Amino acid sequence: MGSGMTNATPQASTLSGRLTALANPTRFLALADTLVPWLGGTALAVLAAGFYMAFTAPEDYQQGITVRIMYIHVPFAWLAMFCYSLMAASALGTLVWKHPLADVALKSAAPIGAAFTALALFTGSVWGKPMWGTWWVWDARLTSVFILFLMYLGIIALTRAMDDPGRSARAAAILTLVGFVNIPIIKFSVDWWNTLHQPASVFRLDGPTIHTSLLWPLLVCALGFTLVLLTLHLMAMRAEIWRRRVIAMRRLSARAAERAAR
Amino acid sequence: MLALFRRELQIGVRTGNGALTGVLFFLAVVAVIPFGVGPDLNLLARIGPAILWIGALLAGLLGLERLFQADREDGSLDLMLLADNRHMTALTVFVKCLAHWTVNVLPLVVVTPLLGLFMNVEPVGILAATATLAVGTPAITFIGAVGAALAVALPRGGLLVSVLVLPLTIPVLIFGVAAARGAVADPDPFLPPFLILAALMLFFAVIGPLAASLALRWGGD
Repeated sequence: MGSGMTNATPQASTLSGRLTALANPTRFLALADTLVPWLGGTALAVLAAGFYMAFTAPEDYQQGITVRIMYIHVPFAWLAMFCYSLMAASALGTLVWKHPLADVALKSAAPIGAAFTALALFTGSVWGKPMWGTWWVWDARLTSVFILFLMYLGIIALTRAMDDPGRSARAAAILTLVGFVNIPIIKFSVDWWNTLHQPASVFRLDGPTIHTSLLWPLLVCALGFTLVLLTLHLMAMRAEIWRRRVIAMRRLSARAAERAAR
Repeated sequence: MLALFRRELQIGVRTGNGALTGVLFFLAVVAVIPFGVGPDLNLLARIGPAILWIGALLAGLLGLERLFQADREDGSLDLMLLADNRHMTALTVFVKCLAHWTVNVLPLVVVTPLLGLFMNVEPVGILAATATLAVGTPAITFIGAVGAALAVALPRGGLLVSVLVLPLTIPVLIFGVAAARGAVADPDPFLPPFLILAALMLFFAVIGPLAASLALRWGGD
């Protein structure tokens, strides 16, 4: 990764060509440097608008002011799943196309996904206390999100357990894909096991059951948090590439010092 | 493949330790439960099948990290990977899992009726728990093979294997316990969860060895 200065073919017209061009870490770093401020700025602006809309939206006639937790809880829960899908796509990128940045993407997405999942669990717990009268229930949706959190932690543990980045990348990619195949099964079996959480109310075939005055702020907040996630992911990838460069340079300088001492 | 199965079986039986330790661990886990929840026989009869399942699950994870490690140390793992064009690696892994299950996990299923008596489970429940364990535990071994293959190069991978594998085994646990309880508690059905459990086992019998062989091939040094 350290000094991969190959001249990528200039076929930047197709999508795959563009992805190949990004395999050069220097080019990726330049792109990330320009993208991060813009993405971050847009994320903050959208989030500010979303929060303003959320706080001027009417309160729920049953739940009162606690319904405002929804505007952060639901995006967190969506992003917990979105981030895992992102990691599964990166895992395919590692295993099928051997794209050198895919494993960086996978490794740096795992802690962010775990953080969003933990936030979804925490805000859900805070919301559940006044609504259901308890911090935690062993309900199907909560339990499956909790299992997702455990899987995130397992992937993080595996990526940190090996020294060689190439090998840990392939191991983490296989584990991510096996987990991705398992998620529907876990979801189904946990549904069989117990259900208390309200069923899906936004993505349905017969249209959302949630009122539009609550739906719009929710969607804007979701967009804002998605932009936050992408910004954080780009920053984490940048940091990971720098970290690998520093390690490579340290090895080089150690080797040079050894040669000089002889 | 038959020769490989026999070889694995002989290695497993002659080194001997694994099966006995697993059974002892199972016994210890089940024996500890009454001290935790109290000696009430009615309560124990109700949660008995679940405890048998959890004990068997934990004991089944115990020897998993050795599944590929011994072969890696003496070099036979490399030979198995090199022979890919004659014997598909996934098939080799599948046979190794079967042998591992026969040596290490089948004894757990065999002692289940005895432990069921300790838990005051009625005879039908004991029969159901044993049957579900016999069908469900291979799935745990197949999933565990993926974890074992991922952690094969790690010096102390045993704990990591358990951490990686446990969340993935939850569906097996749910349907195993649901079927075992369905045989005793009247309104709950026995057959549907039992059939789903069998389906899960067959599904993981394909996915597990395949992913494990990929992990072994790409994770090798």
